[in-house]
Amino acid sequence: MKTITQQKPFEEIIQFLEREQRVYLIGCGTCATMCQTGGKPEVLEMKGKLEEIGKEVTGWMVISTACDSLTREALEEDIEAVQRADAILVMACAFGVQTVAQYVEKLVYPALNTLLLGHEDSPGHFSRICIQCADCVLAQTGGICPIARCPKNLLNGPCGGSEGGKCEINPDLPCAWHLIIERLTKLGKLDKLEAIVPPKDWSVSFTGSPPPPR
Amino acid sequence: MKAGTSLEKVLESGKFAVTAEVGPPRGTAASVIQRKGELLRPYCDALNVTDNQTAIVRMSSVSGCVLLKQLGVDPVMQMVCRDRNRIAIQSDILGAVALGIGNILCLSGDYQSFGDHPTAKGVFDLDSIQLIQLLSQMRDEKKFLSGENISGEVPLFIGAAENPYADPFEYRVLRLAKKVKAGADFIQTQAIFDVGKFAKWMEMVTERGLDKEVHILAGIIPIRAVGMARYMRDKVPGVSVPDGIVTRMEDAKEAREEGLKISLEIIEQIMDIPGVHGIHIMAVNWEDIVPAIVEKAGLLPRPLI
Ligand code: SF4
Ligand code: SF4
Repeated sequence: MKTITQQKPFEEIIQFLEREQRVYLIGCGTCATMCQTGGKPEVLEMKGKLEEIGKEVTGWMVISTACDSLTREALEEDIEAVQRADAILVMACAFGVQTVAQYVEKLVYPALNTLLLGHEDSPGHFSRICIQCADCVLAQTGGICPIARCPKNLLNGPCGGSEGGKCEINPDLPCAWHLIIERLTKLGKLDKLEAIVPPKDWSVSFTGSPPPPR
Repeated sequence: MKAGTSLEKVLESGKFAVTAEVGPPRGTAASVIQRKGELLRPYCDALNVTDNQTAIVRMSSVSGCVLLKQLGVDPVMQMVCRDRNRIAIQSDILGAVALGIGNILCLSGDYQSFGDHPTAKGVFDLDSIQLIQLLSQMRDEKKFLSGENISGEVPLFIGAAENPYADPFEYRVLRLAKKVKAGADFIQTQAIFDVGKFAKWMEMVTERGLDKEVHILAGIIPIRAVGMARYMRDKVPGVSVPDGIVTRMEDAKEAREEGLKISLEIIEQIMDIPGVHGIHIMAVNWEDIVPAIVEKAGLLPRPLI
């Protein structure tokens, strides 16, 4: 499991940096390296691209785990180059971006989109297994999550669009409810689905709640 | 009687019901709904007003229902879970009842990526079964989901959709049973083209005795053009159109005539299937054909309630 990231379109990055001439680049040695979105090769590639459009890259580093508090020390080590920059472009997940922002008094821009905490099935292909909803329903669904894997979050699925085991919204996506029914049938436990699952407590999830106090 | 709507009365009296769908305009003209309402009034027992169907923004279902109501038509208000959370749902139901709407059809809703605002945030706070259960609680216990009391009566006749063609086929009847358990009073099915498969589904339904607990109205979509047949076969989730029907449309000299003929044949066969209590005609952008269908199917005059 890792934080799955994807590079933002370069045009979007250029827009952020429109008024910033000098840029410092930060990559991450953990998830972004594994996703090939913010490891050393990608950071160097970004450096080249930025220089090509006339930006000055005052320095770069790949922090071993950008979301960790050790990021503060890492930044200290190259503080002069960091300070010379107008802005920092962070090629890490959004945890990394916010960690850097916490330790440096500079504008910080994300170079990546943070997609999910997920599983990389093959390079560039991810599955969404759990979205950390904080009110786990796996007990009712045979260990397959309908919140992370059914686009409509159905607790009493499947919807009428499930066809041939595929989800109506995308034929590349397996229907989560098809999987659930298949699994419970195999286990001889389909009767588990007879009970109506009541509305979910969303108040504890990130979509429903204020952030916990820190 | 739960709500005393015309639809409920027709169904409860054991008569074969006819409903049809009215698509609201992508604009503000009441006349669009009024014209369709006037046209269909003598031919149907109730008219459904869709709720931002296929996730495309249209005039709201509740307003369409009120416009129909003013013409003396019994409306069925469709409500999807895609666009509102439990707070908005309950508030809309209170308002609908206050405006004299009694039939509500509960749906999950087409996913927003199919519509004209694919970047919208889908709500899906409840699913359609939870929605049905919530409405029966509001009606029978006069309580909100929270358990707090509702002041006043909440007379509702609760509907749900079901797709006999979706997979896994064997599970669909269990899911229907779940909807009945949640409190569904009537079911309007997805469009029926493959009558054989529908008959098989109905057999499973009647075996479980579900036809005694819920009124099943079979969905009918008249096909206007061969392109539409192909599009429904290949592109519309949950609709299954056999190749034979597409071929008939391809070979037809007069596509609309053939489409009408196909619908009439389907209705004739459906009326022979035990447990079917009515039809629901979804003539998307072709409402004008509904009178001909109802008349030629021998379903006139509609019972006076
Ligand atoms: S129900 Fe919630 S916590 Fe459980 S697997 Fe799904 S998203 Fe994760
Ligand atoms: S097809 Fe399956 S996964 Fe897709 S929205 Fe419907 S129930 Fe959910």
